[in-house]
Amino acid sequence: MKYIVAIIQPDRLDEVLDALEKSEIHLVTVTQVMGRGRQKGIAEFYRGHKEVGSLLRKIKLEIAVSHDFVEKAITAITGAAKSGSIGDGKIIVLNIEDCVRIRTGERGGEAIG
Amino acid sequence: MKQTKKLIMMLMICIGCSALFGSTAMAQEVGVVEAVEAVAEAVAEVTEAADEINAADTAWMLIATALVLLMTPGLAFFYGGLVRRKNVLSVLMQCFMCMCVMTVLWVVIGYSLAFGSQPGFWGGFEYMMFNGVGLEANGTIPHVLFAAFQGMFAIITPALIIGAFAERMKFSAFLFFSILWLLFVYCPVCHWVWGQPGDYEGFFALGNDGALDFAGGTVVHINAAVAALMAAFVLGKRAGYPSKISPPHNLPFAVLGAGLLWFGWFGFNAGSELAADAVAANALLVTHVAASAAGVTWALIEWIKRGKPTVLGIITGAVAGLVGITPACGFVNSSGALAIGAGAGILAFVFVALKEKLGYDDSLDVWGVHGIAGIWGALATGIFAIEAIGGTAGVLEGNGGQLLIQCKAVLYTLIYSGIVSFVLLKAVDLVVGLRIAEQAERVGLDLSDHAEAAYTLVD
Repeated sequence: MKYIVAIIQPDRLDEVLDALEKSEIHLVTVTQVMGRGRQKGIAEFYRGHKEVGSLLRKIKLEIAVSHDFVEKAITAITGAAKSGSIGDGKIIVLNIEDCVRIRTGERGGEAIG
Repeated sequence: MKQTKKLIMMLMICIGCSALFGSTAMAQEVGVVEAVEAVAEAVAEVTEAADEINAADTAWMLIATALVLLMTPGLAFFYGGLVRRKNVLSVLMQCFMCMCVMTVLWVVIGYSLAFGSQPGFWGGFEYMMFNGVGLEANGTIPHVLFAAFQGMFAIITPALIIGAFAERMKFSAFLFFSILWLLFVYCPVCHWVWGQPGDYEGFFALGNDGALDFAGGTVVHINAAVAALMAAFVLGKRAGYPSKISPPHNLPFAVLGAGLLWFGWFGFNAGSELAADAVAANALLVTHVAASAAGVTWALIEWIKRGKPTVLGIITGAVAGLVGITPACGFVNSSGALAIGAGAGILAFVFVALKEKLGYDDSLDVWGVHGIAGIWGALATGIFAIEAIGGTAGVLEGNGGQLLIQCKAVLYTLIYSGIVSFVLLKAVDLVVGLRIAEQAERVGLDLSDHAEAAYTLVD
């Protein structure tokens, strides 16, 4: 069982969710985050004061998958989130100790899908 | 000026009186008749010359002007809450820009084109730079106040169109289009319905022909709505419409906006009487009744049809009711208002539901609410008008012809505004391009066009 954490550009969210659906990955958690990578980003102006965003808005997706879905997930996310410019994001793959479905009490592989 | 007139009047009365006494003393019949005529003439002249400022009317109209202005920020929040968070500032900006730019235009040339005394298509240039618009009375309020009040209408009418092209129109294109639209669509239509000199009876004599439009059903709502429809067609759909468009990002803003609109509408409708009198009071009441009837109607339909009444539904319904009563408010009573409100709620509900099936992207339902409810209101005025209130009878009181006159005004507006708005959109498209770039649309207009973010995330 693996846990995929993907940081992507906010405007790519719809495409990524679509791509995950097509790869039969339905379960996902989405959060708004701020972050910094190598991207300099869009400047914001407030009455003459230029805010050069050291932190930029991103979207974080968290997906628990069984190990045979990991590559599918990575392909789906990369394909949909990639724009070619700096700031496209990163995908992290973690190991999961255990997974529990709250409603039924199922554990492990059954609880993931 | 007034002092001189008063002195002349006093002098003439004195002359007239002394002639009268003199001739009585001399007991000459011819002399008496002449003297009486002289006095009568003096009195007549006094009555004509005294277009006098009435303090009560002026006080009310000052407030009404402010109320109508408040409607534009209200509209800004109504629309702002309905768009996605990445575009909220662009909507607020466009509305605020209307407030500023349309006012300047109104002073420079707009008021003259709309209310100048030249008959026909346009009012001419006599009031350019508010030349001739001074402290003198226009009716019973100062001319500057009348012009200011009308100016608030000139602000909100182009602002209404924003709802159709929200989230995808370039700011520069919006600005050029709105400026041209004010000059070439709003001002002419305003002139035809409200601004013609009293004796004009030509092709553009909509008001003089007997069309009843108390506060702007045709001039404001139908006018803007058909332009909005054209904009929706010419600009095309938002990327990802309809399935990928997120729901309203801040419904509380939308409710706040609707509340401000309802409040300001009292100035819009009751203020169109230009006086603090019974007709204005009636206008205020029927405005309120129609909004309520429409809101409740929409909520009920939604509750029955979809299982739950929504706040978005009730506020949209209320706004539709306010639109519907706008042309009618000086002519109908509360029963008529109930009917007009309910009708507006039903029709707007149906057309908004139809929109997705018809396939065009009128982002914030400007046509569905302002257009449909506006047309209904204009026609319903012809049905429910009561002679005792506004001086003209409607179909229910036996005057079937009024409905036809209303139809004529509606058709003129639809056709003229539709065609010219379409042409203006195409022209602006050729010069600066209407639509923002694809990446800009993804990132959002707030950052792309204005370099601002509405909500900070961490701090």
